[in-house]
Amino acid sequence: MINQQLLTSPHRHDGSSVRTKMLWVCVSLIPGIACYTWFFGPGILIQCLLAIVFALLVESVLLKIRKQKLSVFLLDGSVYVTAILFALMISPFTPWWINFIGICFGLVFAKHLYGGLGNNIFNPAATAYVFILLCFPVAMNQWPSAIDGPSQETSIKNSFKYIFLMPHDSYSENNYDSTSSATPLADMQNRLAAMEMVNEIRTSSQYGNYAGKGWEWVSIFYLLGGIGLIALGVISWHIPVAILGSVFAFSLIFNMYDTNLYPSSLFHILSGGCILAAFFVATDPVTASATPIGKLIYGTIIGGLIYAIRSWGAYPDGVAFAIIIANGLVPMIDEYTRPYIIGEN
Amino acid sequence: MSRQLYEFPGGLKFETFKEITATIPAIQHPLPNRIILPVRQHIGIPSVPTVRKGEHVLKGQPIAEADGYVSIPLHASTSGTVIDIGDYPVPHAGEHEATCIVIEPDGKDEWFDIQPTDDYLTVDPKQLQEIIRSCGITGLGGAGFPAHVKLNEGVVNIVDTLIINGVECEPFITCDDRLIQEKAHYVVSGTRMIRHAVQAKHCVIAVEDDMPKAYEALANWIDDDIELIKVPKRYPAGGEKQLIQTLTGKEVPSGGLAIHIGIVMHNVATAAAVYRAVTRGEPLISRYVTIAGEVETPRNLQVLLGTSVNDCLKACGYEHNDEHMIILGGPMMGMHIRNPDIPIIKTTNCILVKKLEPAATELPCIQCGDCYNACPIKLMPQELYRNAKTDNFAETQQYHIFDCIECGCCSYVCPSNIPLVQYFRYAKSQIAAEERRRDGADLARKRFLEHNKREQAKIEAKRPSRPVIETSSNPSMDEKRNYIEGAVSRTLKKRSKTKKILDKRNSD
Ligand code: SF4
Ligand code: SF4
Repeated sequence: MINQQLLTSPHRHDGSSVRTKMLWVCVSLIPGIACYTWFFGPGILIQCLLAIVFALLVESVLLKIRKQKLSVFLLDGSVYVTAILFALMISPFTPWWINFIGICFGLVFAKHLYGGLGNNIFNPAATAYVFILLCFPVAMNQWPSAIDGPSQETSIKNSFKYIFLMPHDSYSENNYDSTSSATPLADMQNRLAAMEMVNEIRTSSQYGNYAGKGWEWVSIFYLLGGIGLIALGVISWHIPVAILGSVFAFSLIFNMYDTNLYPSSLFHILSGGCILAAFFVATDPVTASATPIGKLIYGTIIGGLIYAIRSWGAYPDGVAFAIIIANGLVPMIDEYTRPYIIGEN
Repeated sequence: MSRQLYEFPGGLKFETFKEITATIPAIQHPLPNRIILPVRQHIGIPSVPTVRKGEHVLKGQPIAEADGYVSIPLHASTSGTVIDIGDYPVPHAGEHEATCIVIEPDGKDEWFDIQPTDDYLTVDPKQLQEIIRSCGITGLGGAGFPAHVKLNEGVVNIVDTLIINGVECEPFITCDDRLIQEKAHYVVSGTRMIRHAVQAKHCVIAVEDDMPKAYEALANWIDDDIELIKVPKRYPAGGEKQLIQTLTGKEVPSGGLAIHIGIVMHNVATAAAVYRAVTRGEPLISRYVTIAGEVETPRNLQVLLGTSVNDCLKACGYEHNDEHMIILGGPMMGMHIRNPDIPIIKTTNCILVKKLEPAATELPCIQCGDCYNACPIKLMPQELYRNAKTDNFAETQQYHIFDCIECGCCSYVCPSNIPLVQYFRYAKSQIAAEERRRDGADLARKRFLEHNKREQAKIEAKRPSRPVIETSSNPSMDEKRNYIEGAVSRTLKKRSKTKKILDKRNSD
């Protein structure tokens, strides 16, 4: 008899792995990131790099503490996805230490305290973003703008200045110059609150054809990458379609009700983190609903919350909040949408 | 051929590597120098040896008799001497030893006196079943359920459709394909016999659409009485539930049997065996086996039952070594064996030799849902896994673990490389063991209570009847007894209530 371990069927595998899945997610973000860089300078690249380096460091320490195999879990790829998504949500002008704090918070509190990959309830990237949004609202309200078209050159200098040289103590809005501003979404919210009309606001120079100048294109490139992910079978269509569909529907209803108070559907979909969230953040399998109907419900909840927070909430973009709230509802959604099995009826 | 086909959910499309062996004629494997026949080659109760060590037996002679209804007799595969009756390794999950009858062939291959049945159509279906049973025929497709049990269901219930399953969806396996190509008329005639035995209204033979030769061969023999259907190639299209769904659009009820929706299914090889049994009285003593994978000359062999796996592999130019593993069955559902001396039994359809690969690292489940999308039963393997892993067996039953057919689709696609099916088998066996324990405990408790009652009665009988005054004059004693009795009945009530709730929960 030959001494082998007794193996159980099936004795075959399709070769898929968590790592390849995560890799595809990263790859499909490339068009969006490239477009982002084109319009708003290399700040975003620096943020991505910083986030990855920080995330690897923090993850290694946490894995060591939890006595897990570094070689297995550092390579599963999930930590890169978390880092990159987090970097894409924050402003490209975010100081490096805020980036670091966000990553630490996300990985410690949203991932490893729950037991690491696969066991977390809340999306780490979204949680990290919400945390720093609550702690550092001023920094999170300084964004580059593309008023004068693509502005890489000027912003290289600015990016460095804001990310690395900003002294912690003298940290206030005055230290940012005119190249930075609030995002179009925030601008829209503020000015609507000041009783201006949508059409009026839309005429100012930071708005493009559908949404914010530059931002609308970034969103469209995210969309392309997201469609690629669906085509590759890495994510299913349910969640993105439900999110975008519900944002579209809600904004359409209110827009029809009063065009002056409520911006158009396209403005909502192409603004802020809507598309990024719909395809990349909310579809994180670990924290999303697992059943097909559950996914549609989960997506609709996120879409509804995004719209509600944007329209009547205190924050210009409620994407991360919406995802975290929906994450918390997932166990219940899954329980109620458990699919029928063959032969059960 | 106008039957509408339906689709079953999930499943996989992959390369099946069948061309290699499907085109080569099967050869008769030479007489081995030892034949080991386990007394249990079917699901059910083992048969009981009727021969003794040292006895001379003839080919086709019954050497063990059925023990009860879900059991079948066993026959000698060739003539020779019984040299041992004892425990030998058998192809059974977990690789344990079981009673086997060992025969040393005398090389003459001399037949026992077997009786053909003339004109089966005049034979009563019940009697036809008896003939099939006495020839030791089990389902030759998968699990090895005694054929007569399924046939009898047909007599008890009304059978709408008899399906003869020629869909070999597992990669590499072509033994049914070859059998059809070479013995098509056995299959078709056997089908008619089974149809008579179950009195089915309709009859379908199904093959996969990548078996063109087999389809042609069958088409030559069938008539209007049998529908010949090609089903699309997909794994596990040949699974009982999946094939029924494909052909009829009906779902076998969860926890139920095919017969509950008026369907009986048998394998093509079973049909061929029935043909032999009826027309010649020939018992089941040999079968087609595919030898595939990393062997020099992959092909099908006609093998006498009881021949060792090693003999078959040597015939195809493979010497067992450390770098390879032997799988009985296909790569999706087959069983890894370490001891190549294990015999071929009635249910062995394939011997697959595979390069041994280092096991991939198991990562945590990321809830991606790929397994759910692949499951042909629409189970939620990720939930089954989560609960099985934490020994939460009641929960696994809520997720219908016993509807899992162990097809392996879920493990195949899992990006975290979780051996899901292994966890499911573990949970199933634990639940079964728990049930056995509970039944045993119930029995013991009952016995104990009865015993107590008897003892009590004895004591009561011996004791002189107590004066009435004694008990009634002692109110504190009475109170105590009342109190105790009250408490006991309350607890019992409570217990039965919780039990009811639990039962309800379990059955929901
Ligand atoms: S092994 Fe069971 S759970 Fe997995 S796919 Fe097959 S039937 Fe579904
Ligand atoms: S395929 Fe594997 S990782 Fe994905 S949900 Fe199923 S068990 Fe979890």
